[in-house]
Amino acid sequence: MKLYCLSSDAAKPCFVLSFKELLIMLDCGLSAHSVLNFLPLPPVPSTRLTSLPTYTPPHINDPLLEGELKECCGRVFVDSVPEFCPPLDKVVDFSQLDVILISNYTCMMALPFITEDTGFKGQVYATEPTLQIGRFYLEELSEWVCAVGEGAGEARRWKELVHLLPPPLSQAVRPRAWRRLFSAAALARSLARVRVVGYDERVDLYGALDATPVSSGFCLGSANWVLRSAHEKVAYVSGSSTLTTHPRPINQSALRGADLLILAALTQTPAHNPDHMLGDLCVHATLTLRAGGCVLCPVYPSGVLYDLLECLSAHLEGAGLAQVPLYVVSPVADSSLAYSNILAEWVSAGKQARVLLPEEPFPHAALGRAGRLRQARALHELPTSAPAEFRQPCVVFCGHPSLRFGAAVHLLDLWASNPAHAVIFTEPDFPYMEALAPFQPLSMKAFHCPIDTSLNYSQANKLVRELRPRELALPDQYALPAGTGAGAGVASRPHISVDVPTVIVKRGAARAAGVRRRAARGTLCGALAASALPREVAGAAGGLRAAPLAAELRIRDARLELLPPPAPARAARLHWSALDVEALVRALAREGVGSARVEASEASGSDSSGAGGCIVHLPRHDTLVHVERNATHVFCEGRAEVRQALRRALAACLPHI
Amino acid sequence: MPEIKITPLGAGQDVGRSCILLSMGGKNIMLDCGMHMGYNDERRFPDFSYIVPEGPITSQIDCVIISHFHLDHCGALPYMSEMVGYTGPIYMTHPTKAIAPILLEDMRKVAVERKGESNFFTSQMIKDCIKKVTAVTLHQSVMVDNELEIKAYYAGHVLGAAMFWIRVGSQSVVYTGDYNMTPDRHLGAAWIDKCRPDLLISESTYATTIRDSKRCRERDFLKKVHECVEKGGKVLIPVFALGRAQELCILLETYWERMNLKYPVYFALGLTEKANNYYKMFITWTNQKIRKTFVQRNMFDFKHIKPFDKSYIDNPGAMVVFATPGMLHAGLSLNIFKKWAPYEQNMLIMPGFCVQGTVGHKILNGAKKVEFENRQVVDVKMAVEYMSFSAHADAKGIMQLIQYCEPKNVLLVHGEAQKMEFLKDKIEKEFSISCYMPANGETAIINTPTKIPIDVSLRLLKAEAVRYNAQPPDPKRRRVVHGILCVKDNRLSFLDIDEVCEEIGINRHVIRFTSTVRFDDPGPAVKTAEKLKGLLTEKLQGWSITISDGNISVESVLIKVEGEDESTKNIYVSWTNQDEDLGSYILGLLQSMVQ
Ligand SMILES: [Zn+2]
Repeated sequence: MKLYCLSSDAAKPCFVLSFKELLIMLDCGLSAHSVLNFLPLPPVPSTRLTSLPTYTPPHINDPLLEGELKECCGRVFVDSVPEFCPPLDKVVDFSQLDVILISNYTCMMALPFITEDTGFKGQVYATEPTLQIGRFYLEELSEWVCAVGEGAGEARRWKELVHLLPPPLSQAVRPRAWRRLFSAAALARSLARVRVVGYDERVDLYGALDATPVSSGFCLGSANWVLRSAHEKVAYVSGSSTLTTHPRPINQSALRGADLLILAALTQTPAHNPDHMLGDLCVHATLTLRAGGCVLCPVYPSGVLYDLLECLSAHLEGAGLAQVPLYVVSPVADSSLAYSNILAEWVSAGKQARVLLPEEPFPHAALGRAGRLRQARALHELPTSAPAEFRQPCVVFCGHPSLRFGAAVHLLDLWASNPAHAVIFTEPDFPYMEALAPFQPLSMKAFHCPIDTSLNYSQANKLVRELRPRELALPDQYALPAGTGAGAGVASRPHISVDVPTVIVKRGAARAAGVRRRAARGTLCGALAASALPREVAGAAGGLRAAPLAAELRIRDARLELLPPPAPARAARLHWSALDVEALVRALAREGVGSARVEASEASGSDSSGAGGCIVHLPRHDTLVHVERNATHVFCEGRAEVRQALRRALAACLPHI
Repeated sequence: MPEIKITPLGAGQDVGRSCILLSMGGKNIMLDCGMHMGYNDERRFPDFSYIVPEGPITSQIDCVIISHFHLDHCGALPYMSEMVGYTGPIYMTHPTKAIAPILLEDMRKVAVERKGESNFFTSQMIKDCIKKVTAVTLHQSVMVDNELEIKAYYAGHVLGAAMFWIRVGSQSVVYTGDYNMTPDRHLGAAWIDKCRPDLLISESTYATTIRDSKRCRERDFLKKVHECVEKGGKVLIPVFALGRAQELCILLETYWERMNLKYPVYFALGLTEKANNYYKMFITWTNQKIRKTFVQRNMFDFKHIKPFDKSYIDNPGAMVVFATPGMLHAGLSLNIFKKWAPYEQNMLIMPGFCVQGTVGHKILNGAKKVEFENRQVVDVKMAVEYMSFSAHADAKGIMQLIQYCEPKNVLLVHGEAQKMEFLKDKIEKEFSISCYMPANGETAIINTPTKIPIDVSLRLLKAEAVRYNAQPPDPKRRRVVHGILCVKDNRLSFLDIDEVCEEIGINRHVIRFTSTVRFDDPGPAVKTAEKLKGLLTEKLQGWSITISDGNISVESVLIKVEGEDESTKNIYVSWTNQDEDLGSYILGLLQSMVQ
């Protein structure tokens, strides 16, 4: 078993596991940190952004660099369509992948990079909500980045001159591997490959393994994957949560006792408690609204958004602000909000109970009917009750959390100079100050309330201890940093520390993990088992019984069956230990084969074991028996009866089955 | 040989109520727990005393599985769990769990409030019963206990209808419940993988019918309704609140829209909205088309179909009314029927099957007068049309399902004896497998082969594969492996000899025999060897015989020719003890050759 790590972002994992001759990709997360180096892509032309001064590195006169870089408040940005950092494509040949297993919709954004135009021929498996919500995320991204960025030139030259640029651009990791987003057509083709599975459904992978998604408690449809052969169990734990929110709770028992546990996608904001952050958000929003300001929440079109709508609407109602409109702006807003309410089978028990009434599991449908919640594909499509300038206090949920594309870019441009407004960051994927950098100087208030419900380090430590895997595999970001031993005393960053043999994988590296298998699982037909009559093997530890067996082998759909052989076939007789020659002579006499003469063989001298070989002569029967420590060779020129007598005599002298 | 035992307590050669006992591997499973709609007395519920004459029933049943929300499949569940006292696990899908209590409550009201029956379960009992239900999703593999596993497949009969695969050890059974193999306007077709169960228990409602094409039936239905209302007649369509009703509503709605008709269409009050909410929330259980378009337009928001009020019964003029229940055995549909039946211009369309004893059944059998409990007699002059919209598999569909899942035996339930007999014949002929059709209270016993899990050494398998692949391909060639069967702590493994020696720490002792045959055959030894190979190939068909360096080998038997230039050759035949039979046979063969 071998594990490869293809992602540099532990929160957007991508592993490849080779297991039982299969290459299995676990998640295909897309790291989007790279987009922060680019200038925002406004949905409507922005005079502020276009009038930013160009930047030229000192003492460089490179006409190719012309117009590629711009400066805003001392930060340099690339003026081009934002690029992403897909999983490494050099380590594993994507055309050789057999299967891709996706744990949740935040960990599948690179799927088209893996499956399209790479020769990929395998299967992709995800739960239904993962596919649907993943589709919303991807379509939103694609619409914002591709539609707006279409036809725009591509800035390339700066990548050659990175070392001459000011930080943080100079620290960009391997920008030449950054890629533009895939086309909408590639996206559609890629998603069409996904096969939908349900929790606890056993998926047969080419007859070699079973893969089962089990609830991970993180978001709608989020799953941990359990891979099982007859003898090994691998648990892939990615994006899990032990908190109580709207999805089905985590299924821990299915993960127990794995030979290998791979841990990925822990919280990105270990210092922030999600419950407190949700509380803070409600307070900041209320204060801003009371003071007549508007609130912008840059969010993804699903996930924590549902919780925000539920909590904030209740909180505002309690604060007497029930009249404040809530807007969700996204090309997929309609679908996302509608879809969440038909996922009855994927929500927590509390929400499921509502479905039996029958009421929608989430309150946002009711908010919509009451006119408190409105959604639109784009800002200009909002109902006329929302004046274009948003002079009335309101809350707008829209993307993208990086603030590099989407409706949020336009709203920030509009509101940045007004200290009455506020932007509240809830998504943990991007450092908020970096997200805001191209909008400086900023007068509006900015709050950081990251809500990341995935496991924090102490929860993860506790979980691993409870699950007791034989071996643990971690991306190096989660391990104790090298050089900071336990005794170092310095406050090291949080890490996983459990008393389990641990394999640490770095991006681009492979590590051997897990056990080697020696047997395949099959079934033995009852009739054949009944005819086998196993006997106690003297001296074998633990009461082992054994019998020779010949069986017809039938392999169908990778299921292995042992059936009675077509004709009575020979059995694989097994004799063991050394032969007592004197006992053999006596046994032969009993069989009526007398006048045996024993002499030491010439070869005995060279027998390193020291136990002398010898030759038994049976001159009357034209037969010689060469006896060595581990072998007996009978040269028999006599009648067949003599041979049978010899066989019986040998059987009497050697333990056998 | 291990057995699977099946005893129908209902649905054995009848269509009344499904309740089937399944025993295998020491587990007892109840498949459906239905109520007979044609009876008003204790015959309505399955005879639970069959399971245990007295005393607690829970210890006798490991779990109850409900296939779908129709009352003839789940109607007796509250009786069993709340009145008989079953406290074990109950499984059904999420939509069934949501919808079943509504239908149960509906029926309870009819039985208790209108007919004044006592000894019936209460509203609270229905609620308590449903609380005990474990909801499952499609394809989820559920371990009921350490040995009993169940898994639901899509059945397409009504929203949430499922077939169940049930496994104990190496034995497995598929129970279909009611299913439908052709997709309709709001549901998809039943689907199952090639799971090769030991037994398939299939419904056989339409065992002998090959229904005409879907489109024809729909056109027929619309034509009849249209003709009737055009002449000012009233059309009564008795339906169950959830299921076929939604499909017919979609059908009428689109027709009314297309033809721009204005005749009122009503749906019995109350349930419409609720029912549609269920369809909305469980839209993932409907067909592809509805799922794809639900964001833009909800298929179940009807423009032409309005809620019905009792006062409309006596309204003059044409109308179409969908009313519950579907078999005209009680409630609103029966009330409307009593009023409208005596008039020729009116029409009754029965879109589903009716069980014996119901008014619907009588009328479909041509009754022109129906007598009720209170001596009331109703003349039936209205036109009566039966249209099989009930989404059951027809004979073709049943055969198709058998083909899909490749069972080793089939058992038919939920059908009429005569029709079953016909289908049984057909199945046995076409698939050459046994088919059973026990009557209620009768037990069918099916023997299944024992299969014991075993670990097979990869070394053994690889060695076999090398030998097998060395031979010319022949799909008929059987593959045989030789090794040692080991039993330790009740776990079986099949190892090669060296592995066994390693495992138990012994030194193998190899015994070999060699004999010589003298053969007068001038010429080079290689020629002699070729000659021998020819002889062996002819005599030992099916064995792999190889020759290299003039040595012939068959399994562990080696044949070597010595004496390069002499005219008399020494042929050595040598074999290990385990190949004694083959070795002595070859030796004998060569000896007779030289004589
Ligand atoms: Zn049914």
